[in-house]
Amino acid sequence: MREYLQEIGALTMRWVRRLSREKFSMVFTLVQPMLFWLIFFGSLFQRAADAQVVQAPNYISFLAAGVVVMTVLNNGLAGGVDLLFDKENGFLERLLSTPIHRTSVVLSRFLFVMAITCLQILVILGVAVLFGVRPATGLSGVAVILLIGMLFGVGLTAISMAIAFSVKSHGDFFSVLGFLSLPLIFLSSALVPLSAMPAWMSVLARFNPMTWAIDAIRPLILSGWTEALPRLGMVVVIMTVFDACCLYGSARAFRRTIG
Amino acid sequence: MGRAVAIEASGLGKVYDGATAVDGLSFQVFAGEIFGLLGPNGAGKSTTLRILITLLRPDAGHATVLGHDVVREADQVRHLIGYVPQERAIDRFLTGREHLLLLGDLYHLPKSETRKRIAEILRLVDLEEKADRLARTYSGGMKRKLDLACGLLPNPKILFLDEPTLGLDVQSRLRIWDYVRRLRDRGITIVMTTNYLDEADRLCDRLAIIDGGRIKALGSPSELKAGLGGDIISLAVGAPETARIDRLASELKGLSFVRAVNTKQNGLDIQVESPEKALPVVLEAANRAACRLDLIDYHRPRLDDVFMALTGHAIREEFPKNSDE
Repeated sequence: MREYLQEIGALTMRWVRRLSREKFSMVFTLVQPMLFWLIFFGSLFQRAADAQVVQAPNYISFLAAGVVVMTVLNNGLAGGVDLLFDKENGFLERLLSTPIHRTSVVLSRFLFVMAITCLQILVILGVAVLFGVRPATGLSGVAVILLIGMLFGVGLTAISMAIAFSVKSHGDFFSVLGFLSLPLIFLSSALVPLSAMPAWMSVLARFNPMTWAIDAIRPLILSGWTEALPRLGMVVVIMTVFDACCLYGSARAFRRTIG
Repeated sequence: MGRAVAIEASGLGKVYDGATAVDGLSFQVFAGEIFGLLGPNGAGKSTTLRILITLLRPDAGHATVLGHDVVREADQVRHLIGYVPQERAIDRFLTGREHLLLLGDLYHLPKSETRKRIAEILRLVDLEEKADRLARTYSGGMKRKLDLACGLLPNPKILFLDEPTLGLDVQSRLRIWDYVRRLRDRGITIVMTTNYLDEADRLCDRLAIIDGGRIKALGSPSELKAGLGGDIISLAVGAPETARIDRLASELKGLSFVRAVNTKQNGLDIQVESPEKALPVVLEAANRAACRLDLIDYHRPRLDDVFMALTGHAIREEFPKNSDE
């Protein structure tokens, strides 16, 4: 057990070190493009979006939950790419030729992606406060938001790793990623509530786990615990199933690559 | 010879997507030697190496490293070996020292032990000054040294090198050869792949020549060359005469002291028993066939002749480009 922790600690520190070496990328990781959605998209639609329809005092406060989950989505789906680079340049082989537990490499990546995602969610919620959006459930609500984010993020990172282990090159990886992420965002309750969608879109959106994460986080920000609790129960069930499927798929892809 | 066996491979086979990469390889590596797997790209050398270092499972056969099965006792094997991959498997955003510290943790060494080993290894590969610079500032040769240092960190009994000098400039190559010899002299067994004939000839104590996933010959470079028997006369024929090469070849094949004739694009390699008798006869035959000769070369058998004789083709079609990053 001590050996396992030593491995995971060292491998996780490697990701942290890499990030700290790329100063630019570190700044852009924290002040990420998702903020622009919140600030610009939120402000743009302030008047275009009907408060009656979105059921929120203003559009930015409605959008906040969506942007939080979009961040989780982007981080999660991109989370596997560094393992792909490691696979491409042989670093992964070097790591696997050492007597480490086979899961350590993957686990270190999960830990790192989750930590970064939490930081980013905090930045987004912080910026939202500047626009007058205060989570109705306070700090404990924020903690629950982080937990939901991580619950969703684990599955997404697992998908990303499965793609990373299956594709031939990182060009392929980014094509698959680009293809996945926009439909997932539009076919969710991130920008518009399900009730305001065309029927066919709302049907599809109900199958999108992102919708469930957003619909659990939104009342934590907008209304309060009484409205949030039943949705929290739902999201835990759905995410557990989602994560289980993703982890199973990525474990298979991992085993196929590593043999 | 009664030497201690470090690696025993028997009947190794591996199939990728229906194509056979390795086809029934059996060989032994003795403790304390430099053992080379020589062959062209795609011959199955790297696949064999990956099986031995537990990164690939063989589809057939089995192998033991220092008595441990590479599949069932993979973890024990990993503790005993060091690996230097073919690609510069280096993280550009870490310093040289950070690479080694990371590996120290992956081999579960206490920090103090890791530090001690790092100091020693950096001195050995001559990388002390640059150890705290980011790896992206390293030259190709320095990256290779760092690779080697990483392979040495676990204090391995056996060090595996995959194409250790691929794409290096001449000085760096000679330096790597020198390190490899020094490591052997310290008692480390070395297993390496290469597609450089001169490297195999000058560095390896014993070789397995591999082509198409099979072992074509096994032995020391001098044994392999002696096994060929006789010397080599190479003829290069002028461009308009190339049509006559086949005629000349068939004429030479009938001669008693000619052992074998290999036809090349613009000439012939003739393996002969006694060159002093053969040379005038060969020239005469060329004359009779009205072949104008551009070049005549006579030499003791080299490893490329051995390779040619065993596989029927050259190890590389063209001369390797010396790419340096």
